[in-house]
Amino acid sequence: MKYLALIYAAPGAGPDYGTPEFGPYMDGYRKATETYQNDGVMLAGEALQDSSTATTVRVRNGKIETMDGPFAETKEQLGGFYMFDCANLDEAIRYAAMIPTAEHGSIEVRPIMEINFDQ
Amino acid sequence: MNAAASMTEDGARKAIETLARAETGRLLGALLRDTRDFQMAEDCLQEAMASALEHWSRNGLPSAPAGWILQTARRKAIDRFRRDRNFDRKAHEYGVLLELDQQTAATDDPPAIPDERLRLIFTCCHPALESKTRVALTLRTLCGLTTREIARAFVDTTEAMAQRLVRARHKITKAGIPFEIPEPEHWGERFKSVLAVIYLTFNEGYSATEGAAPLRRDLCLEAIRLGRLMLELAPRDAECEGLVALMLLNHARTPGRLGPDGSIIALDRQDRGLWNRVEIAEGQALLDQALARKQTGPFQLQAAISALHADAPDHRSTDWRQIVLLYDALYGFVRNPVFLLNRAVALSFATGPEQALEALCTIETDLDAYQPFHAARADFLRRADRPIDARQSYLRAIELSGNESDRLFLSGRMQEIE
Repeated sequence: MKYLALIYAAPGAGPDYGTPEFGPYMDGYRKATETYQNDGVMLAGEALQDSSTATTVRVRNGKIETMDGPFAETKEQLGGFYMFDCANLDEAIRYAAMIPTAEHGSIEVRPIMEINFDQ
Repeated sequence: MNAAASMTEDGARKAIETLARAETGRLLGALLRDTRDFQMAEDCLQEAMASALEHWSRNGLPSAPAGWILQTARRKAIDRFRRDRNFDRKAHEYGVLLELDQQTAATDDPPAIPDERLRLIFTCCHPALESKTRVALTLRTLCGLTTREIARAFVDTTEAMAQRLVRARHKITKAGIPFEIPEPEHWGERFKSVLAVIYLTFNEGYSATEGAAPLRRDLCLEAIRLGRLMLELAPRDAECEGLVALMLLNHARTPGRLGPDGSIIALDRQDRGLWNRVEIAEGQALLDQALARKQTGPFQLQAAISALHADAPDHRSTDWRQIVLLYDALYGFVRNPVFLLNRAVALSFATGPEQALEALCTIETDLDAYQPFHAARADFLRRADRPIDARQSYLRAIELSGNESDRLFLSGRMQEIE
């Protein structure tokens, strides 16, 4: 099964760039990604630019409406994601728990819906 | 029509109800193994039971009723797979079912029912499900309680409970919660989650925090039944033995615990002659067996405390000092302030209410909204001859009480000091 692991954290909750903690934190990401690749479960994974760079798009009555900022203003913001191919939820949870942000933020694990457009 | 084999619809319904209580866990486990779809397994079992009612009323009971149900439910599943537009994805499961059906047809014997209950209970008690949902799903799936019965036990509407169960099955299937016994390295933690669900079920019935108490007492018996099932599936587990011992020892007090008006009688005023000695003996034997394994855990410690109460001929001669020590050990395992509260209660009988009041200071902030904390403090103050302070605490405890029998009990005690 495919799972999307959505990485959420409150701005400023994790180690800041330029502090001594930032290096080991990024190293954690490098190690986690390596594990995913070696185990053959990683389908994708990216970090996102800050949520202040987000643009929300809607189409109403055929007209494109844009809004500055993320869709929902919540304390924890989406900061990145991984997509895993796992046997089951237990495996997906195990891999999601290796994401360094899990230690100060939250990882939402969602199964990918399989849609067959041929039918 | 064969008169000997025929039975009334009522007779058939009773037979099916009995079978549902005894066999739902095994039947659902088998169906889930074959279909890998929790909702479908449940629906096919329901349909097979409805079909049994029709056939058995007319033709009498088959030679192996549970096997008959399994075979019928498998055929319902085969039908559903055929009708499913996403058939391709389920081709493997369809093949398995078809082969099983052909095997049965070839021998003309009803199918044997594999025991998949251990896998089933691990699925129902998966930590990715909400804890109330775990209890409800376990009662429905392993104990065969109807949705209506579970709803009544939780003081919920049948519709709300039905929705909760549907949502849970949907999540299990769609999120890929595995129908598997966890790997050895995760076994301990997941097994703990199962035992916790069973104990939660027991306490739901035992403490009856809301609503009509008698309906909920069935939950205690169901929890004991589940505990025994776990013992059967995982024998030699000391904590599992400890849990069953704990439930038996606590449940043994039930006949002495409730007054004729439904109010709870405190331990010091219970007629110990009413306690169920058979359950106490069984609980104590199980506890001894568990302790001999030298793998102490929280359930065994709590059972040991309960056993000390069961041992004592009356409240005064209880070994309170030993109970204080057991609560210390328990708190070493689980940093739960409620254990410190219970320790303070034991301390009040071992050394006096003044020391117990002092011991409450450390947990006051944590347990300020917890009714038993104020009930205990009120009791200590009453015994320390401070009626004015005691009254304040009684009022706070009454305010926080969730059910009528607690309120009755506390008001009764408060009136004694006035």
